[in-house]
Amino acid sequence: MYTNNIKECMKFEDVNFYYYNKQALKNITFSVPENRITAIIGPSGCGKTTFIRLINRMNELIPGTRMEGKIFLNGKEIYTQDTDVVDIRRSVGMVFQKPNPFPKSIYENISYGLRINGIRDKSYIDAKVEESLKKAALWNEVKDRLHDNALGFSGGQQQRLCIARCLAVEPKVILFDEPCASLDPISTAKIEELMLDLKKNYTIIIVTHNMQQAARVSDFTAFFYLGSMVEIDLTSIIFTKPKQKATEDYITGRFG
Amino acid sequence: MNQKVVEKLGFIMLFALTALTIFFLITIIYFIAVRGVKVISWEFLTQFPKDAMTKGGVAPAIVGTLCLTIGAILFALPLGVACAVYLCEYSPKSYIVNIIRMSINNLAGVPSVVFGLFGLAIFVKIFGFGVSILSGSLTLAVMVLPSIISTSQEALMAVPQSYREASLALGASHWQTIKKVVVPTALPGILTGIILGIGRVAGETAPILFTAGTFYMRSYPKSIFSETMALPYHIYALMTEGTRPDQQVRIAYGCALILLLIVLSVSAIAVVIRQSQRRLYVH
Repeated sequence: MYTNNIKECMKFEDVNFYYYNKQALKNITFSVPENRITAIIGPSGCGKTTFIRLINRMNELIPGTRMEGKIFLNGKEIYTQDTDVVDIRRSVGMVFQKPNPFPKSIYENISYGLRINGIRDKSYIDAKVEESLKKAALWNEVKDRLHDNALGFSGGQQQRLCIARCLAVEPKVILFDEPCASLDPISTAKIEELMLDLKKNYTIIIVTHNMQQAARVSDFTAFFYLGSMVEIDLTSIIFTKPKQKATEDYITGRFG
Repeated sequence: MNQKVVEKLGFIMLFALTALTIFFLITIIYFIAVRGVKVISWEFLTQFPKDAMTKGGVAPAIVGTLCLTIGAILFALPLGVACAVYLCEYSPKSYIVNIIRMSINNLAGVPSVVFGLFGLAIFVKIFGFGVSILSGSLTLAVMVLPSIISTSQEALMAVPQSYREASLALGASHWQTIKKVVVPTALPGILTGIILGIGRVAGETAPILFTAGTFYMRSYPKSIFSETMALPYHIYALMTEGTRPDQQVRIAYGCALILLLIVLSVSAIAVVIRQSQRRLYVH
């Protein structure tokens, strides 16, 4: 599937996931290319969000869950006895469905990730705040209001703030969990543009309900259905000539 | 009946009930203020009682109430908040934790005089602190703990899960998340619990009856091991002991007014802190 110059960033081998006795993910096996955008599409309840939350080990916070199989990040397995969860979460950033800035100022939101890592150098933090906001295409809108409460900004601005907050810790991978679900079309366009810009330096996985969005931004698309990964291929192929009947039915709107 | 009439009636009824509640509050404050204000003077605030509690001031009772309240909050605050944080953020969902939660809720319903007896048995006798500010503060702290725990718990539970997830996803540890995100966000709610707690502690009589209170003192308490006068206890003494009820009742109203003012001013300070925190955290 991948051409020679694409490197592999993540690999999933026979991943199964359970909430108590209910199996939410079944034998997921595929790999994710580096510095590309991989979209995960599928109907509600197919396990998309559950799946990406495995990558930064967020599902562990939910009691009664169990994971089987192997996940590799840059060749290293991330579900082993001696894996440091905190390390994983630092190299895998996440942007959530609803913008969730802390009820603090813009500046404090972005410096948070640095300060929990023990960075105290004020000039370094200042520079990093500016750099992250610029990367998230938010700097011009907020540069005079850095000390205003983040909750006073619009939903689209809050979501870009969350992206900036995530960039400040310098992750390698960014997970987007339906990042535009609660945003208007203009904010959505800004975030999509931003993602295309970010893929130069980051590996991006985006879960989306919106098939046009997947078609617009992603290089690869994986179709999930009933907890299984049905098909993954170049986005152009998935949306024009998918190999599986189920994928075609979903793409053409026969269900979903 | 027509829907609109029903709606109107419902509104009027709710308004009337609210007005009635406020009426009681205002009446109580008015009643105490009018009678109390007559005896309050600089002398009343700074002097010791004279002539078998019929003249002079109530300074040692004011000082005693302040000591007991501050002492009780010093013990109850860290303990209560720590307990709430543990129950909310750390404890696994288990049978035993449920029993602990239930016990805390039940503790809130124990009559205050029972706490007084408990304090007498444990702090005064077994720990040997005697009838003292320390015993009284500890007893009041135990009494007010359940309400501080449950209001803190509610405040912590009201912090959106998405804040915790955002923090953890950035690579923060569990403890960093609690310290820097969860507790600061819950602070206004926690402060509300403490305000209510302070009000109760300052006004309670029964818990200090056997553990800290005395009718009369010639000097201010010298250490946390001295017994002390206290405003609510002094009111009780004025109304039940002595030979000149006509004089004593006047003084009791003065004490009641001072007690009310202390509680109101503590609440006011806490409300100001809470509002400024709220501005910071909730836009």
